[in-house]
Amino acid sequence: MSRAERPDTARYIAYALVAAGALLLVSPFYFTFVFATHTRSAIFDTPPPLWFGSAVLGNYDMLLERLPFWRNFGMSVYVAVMTTTLNLLLCSMGGYAFAVYEFRFKRALFALVLASMMLPAFLNMIPSFMVMQFLGWIDEPRALYVPGAAGALGIFLMRQYISSGIPKELIDAARMDACGEFRIFWSVVLPLTGPALGTLGLITFINSWNNFIAPLIVMRSAENYTLPLALRSMQSPNNTEWGTLMVGSAIAMLPLLIAFFFCARRLVAGLTAGAVRG
Amino acid sequence: MNTPARRRKWKQRDIAPYLFIAPFFVLFLVFGVFPLGFSVWLSLHQWEPAAGMSAMRWVGLDNYMFALTDPWFHRSLWNTLWFAVVSGLPQHLVALPLAYFIQSRLKRSRNLVVGAYFIPYITSSVAIALIFATLYSKDYGVINALLQALHLPGDIDWLGDASYTKPAVAFVVFWRYLGWNIVLYLSALQIVDNDLYEAATLDDVSFWQQFWHITLPLLRPMIFFAVTLTLIGNLQLFEEPFILVDAEKGVAPSVMTSAIFMYRLAFSDGDFGTASAVSWILFLIIAALTWVNSRLFKRAEDHDVSR
Repeated sequence: MSRAERPDTARYIAYALVAAGALLLVSPFYFTFVFATHTRSAIFDTPPPLWFGSAVLGNYDMLLERLPFWRNFGMSVYVAVMTTTLNLLLCSMGGYAFAVYEFRFKRALFALVLASMMLPAFLNMIPSFMVMQFLGWIDEPRALYVPGAAGALGIFLMRQYISSGIPKELIDAARMDACGEFRIFWSVVLPLTGPALGTLGLITFINSWNNFIAPLIVMRSAENYTLPLALRSMQSPNNTEWGTLMVGSAIAMLPLLIAFFFCARRLVAGLTAGAVRG
Repeated sequence: MNTPARRRKWKQRDIAPYLFIAPFFVLFLVFGVFPLGFSVWLSLHQWEPAAGMSAMRWVGLDNYMFALTDPWFHRSLWNTLWFAVVSGLPQHLVALPLAYFIQSRLKRSRNLVVGAYFIPYITSSVAIALIFATLYSKDYGVINALLQALHLPGDIDWLGDASYTKPAVAFVVFWRYLGWNIVLYLSALQIVDNDLYEAATLDDVSFWQQFWHITLPLLRPMIFFAVTLTLIGNLQLFEEPFILVDAEKGVAPSVMTSAIFMYRLAFSDGDFGTASAVSWILFLIIAALTWVNSRLFKRAEDHDVSR
């Protein structure tokens, strides 16, 4: 389709611009890893270090000195795994119901699910803090994974997948065999939703892993901090140990970077699924 | 139909869907609807949580009046709108042509390029803010070093000088969400691609003329959707300015968004009533702007059709 135009110069400039833009976009990640291998004073040299140094172990030791780092890491993992597991179960249940059953108020209820996605998060910040206080969940990890245990986006994704990907005959056949309703869902439908569960799991895990505002509001003691909160607590206006902080940042980023490397396609498809529903 | 076993099965089937959707609605009620109602009620009271529930005092719309006349709130609103436009608009001005270029010109490198642009979106805002805080550093930062290497003024106090802090923060927001918008536009381009191929067979239509006259109009629904998402997201901007600029710093007020203002009212000053009022005012502003945005797009569409 490109034969009609004046080729070459303009096009190569465009390629170069796109490539330069991509490099510019990933360069902060590069510097995170580079700075992780330098001491604080080396980072503050002029010019700043552009290549890897050798201070990574020292930085790591200081990280463990300053933060209960692996405990924070474990907390992040725990909260993300709980959120993901609960969402996979509850969203596939909800999506299944909206996809295969006919019941009273179905349309209105589904509209409510969609509408709940539109509510801005900050509106809930203060009152949900008070609900947590009332429940006695302040500083408890469950305050982080229970409220979002059945996300609306997940229900929407699972409904789309089940209604287009699972034949109704299959469900009818299972019913003929006198399977109970939950049994049909659990052993007939759920095993067939693998790809959708994969996408939903990835999205949920990433969102939970990166969540900052919810832990900021409910987590109180340093050993219960999730990683974003723990890293932020090391920042001080004057003498932040940047190298140490970058080691922590790099370790915190790695799981997602690796997951992204392997599942970029599925992730992107899932994230935009809501957008192309038309 | 009349055997007991059959009847039981029918019943189970009627109740089952409600049981399946119950978890969502229970959670939504407890952690969504109830807190929202409570927040309305709270916004009509003066209350400090330390004093206990009994210390709640009815003040009617006073909290709203106080917020609406508070210069700090005005300032935060101005900052929020500034960020919404300055970090939001370029996202789309860059993402649209870039997505078009990627879709029609890149083949083998496509996934790599899209991946590179998308990674910031899935990275923790804290990690992002921390690395940018070092890159922006006045005397030792990479950005100033780069400027000096290019013989440009390279001693800018990016996160300390009020006239640079706002653009510096806006750039981080732009950087973080650009890839998201590219992906949105790419997903829409996949659908219009066939039309594009047909149109491209016309002679004398250059690459960018095609973009302007064919692709752009076809993308309008997605542009509307993406701009709306950016608008809603940017009007609640919190994390990037909150982490990049320490609250104690002198420049903090120039990046204080309304969401940060609300957070400080509640969790630093303990004024939960006014903070709740602020959250509702902000909500109404977002709703109004989203509505205006949709009218503008609709108007443009009608205009197009009548032509």
